[in-house]
Amino acid sequence: MQRIRALIKTASWVLFAMMLAPGVHAANSLDTIIIDRGVDEPIRIAVVPFAIDVNSAAAAVELNDLPNPSDIIAFDLARSGQFDPMPRENMLSYPSQSQDVFFRDWRILKTAYLVIGRVEAVQSDSMRMSFELYDVAGRRQIRSKEYLIAIDQWRDAAHQIADIVYAEITGVRGAFSSKIMYVLAQNSGTPQARYRLEIADADGQRARTLFSSPQPILSASWAPDGNRVAYVSFETGRPSIILQDVDGPYREQLTSFRGINGSPVFSPDGQELAMVLSRDGDPEIFIMNLATRKLRRITRHRSIDTEPSWAPDGERLIFTSDRGGRPQIYQVELATNFIERLTFVGDYNARARLLPDGEHLVFVHRREGVFHIAWQDLQRDNILVLTETNLDESPSLSPNGSMLIYATQYRGRGILSVVSIDGRVKYRLPSSVGDVREPAWSPFLNNVVD
Amino acid sequence: MLSSNRLSGLIALLLAAIVIGGCSSTATAPVEQQEPVSEPPVAAAPVAEPEEPSDFADDGVTPIDANGRPLSRSFYFGYDTAVLNPADLAALEMHAQILRRNADKSVVIEGHCDERGTREYNLALGERRAEVVKSFLTSAGVRSRQIETVSFGEETPADPGHTESAWALNRRAVLSYR
Repeated sequence: MQRIRALIKTASWVLFAMMLAPGVHAANSLDTIIIDRGVDEPIRIAVVPFAIDVNSAAAAVELNDLPNPSDIIAFDLARSGQFDPMPRENMLSYPSQSQDVFFRDWRILKTAYLVIGRVEAVQSDSMRMSFELYDVAGRRQIRSKEYLIAIDQWRDAAHQIADIVYAEITGVRGAFSSKIMYVLAQNSGTPQARYRLEIADADGQRARTLFSSPQPILSASWAPDGNRVAYVSFETGRPSIILQDVDGPYREQLTSFRGINGSPVFSPDGQELAMVLSRDGDPEIFIMNLATRKLRRITRHRSIDTEPSWAPDGERLIFTSDRGGRPQIYQVELATNFIERLTFVGDYNARARLLPDGEHLVFVHRREGVFHIAWQDLQRDNILVLTETNLDESPSLSPNGSMLIYATQYRGRGILSVVSIDGRVKYRLPSSVGDVREPAWSPFLNNVVD
Repeated sequence: MLSSNRLSGLIALLLAAIVIGGCSSTATAPVEQQEPVSEPPVAAAPVAEPEEPSDFADDGVTPIDANGRPLSRSFYFGYDTAVLNPADLAALEMHAQILRRNADKSVVIEGHCDERGTREYNLALGERRAEVVKSFLTSAGVRSRQIETVSFGEETPADPGHTESAWALNRRAVLSYR
């Protein structure tokens, strides 16, 4: 019975995702399909369809292409796995003003929380989106807020409302307003190959192209302020590290040494960039001071040293090395250059990232010839395999540390997939126009609307 | 007494004659005929040129064997290794000979991997594969300034499939002459 219910729920969310998806936004946007619902007792919440009162005809036409904010908010909360938003057809009424809320109705429906809201025209080019969050059992309003928005900020405002609802109820900062960056590859391995560096909303919508090339792009990473990115581009026929504005005109080829120029990652303070260069003969980890452009070599070993990543305190780097014969994760203390091996289970552990607490790792782990994403507690050394697919790679954490996005294969296609850090929630982000890979979840970004 | 300039000119001429003689005796190689020089030759003029056509097809960048057949330019590797296959050594030795004879030619060695494993680790593995071919060539007497290496890791597969046979074709080093 439980199983059937879960199946029905899953099916309805797939339908819901498909409802949201159709060609409304840039052709490159990713679909989002929830495949596993997470915790056993998710928090029951009702997000009532917002009342939309926009009298300008022009705005009404554009609004036809946008989902109701409640759909965006409910879908955000559902993807966290911690919430079970009520389907709108189960609601007894659709209140949009506080005087229309009857708590008894919502208690009958066993809803713990209620969100209502509305959108009203202010001027021809602006509107007001507002919401209220209620605690049903306590019969009280927890939070309310209104935003003055332009029509292209519709989704930004909805995601910000989801962030507030999530934070008020769970006590953890929401990351629904964050972005994901990834590489879209079309016809790779053919003369028509095209590679695009894309940035989309965390739900896969509103994808846009940052850079496009007939040559490969990989290893994209965000500056901690979210305003710049670094990545590896083969646009000259060889790899080089590129630094680029997310919204501005700045773009610079930062390195183009002989050999590998790879794995650029910003330090937590944004002042330095760790990278891999093989200009001295074999791949070694370097740190570049972005103000002076001075390079400091960190590793010195005739083996592969690659895939650096910063500890949240900026005082250590973790990296992949085959100095012990097989690729494993190591850590180097930058003050002392003291190097320590971190992984011991399995013969292929690579591309690690530390969780925001600095105490847990996620990385690519090979088990019986199959590549998974695994999680490890550095204190206790125990490993948990988070993903069951094959060829899983490039794990990247959401800024609140609750979810991780990674690249995998599904039916012969490269897709992105998201799993909660406890392994229980899973959803897929395929592209209908090519292979997607190399995901990088943004840091917390400044609010677009206030 | 001959000036050292003149002497080296003569040696070069003599060497060129040996190379041309050596090639024409194999008869099948499509040797481009030089226009007969009508004017009395200047000592330094007829150096170098004649040897190229024997080692390359008309495009000037496709290396060919003594029978005019293109030489194999792709060399394959086992999973997660950068060790040359013993069966490839003879063909690599022919590339070394061609590069020794054609000091003005250079070669780019691309290293590639299959899609298994992480992308940056594969960039490093692809570089290892390109470097192992480079060391073979340099130890066979090719000048290292004639050789460039570049790793594409798993980014540009020869076969975009996801099968063992596709992967075997993708774990490769490829030589491109310039």
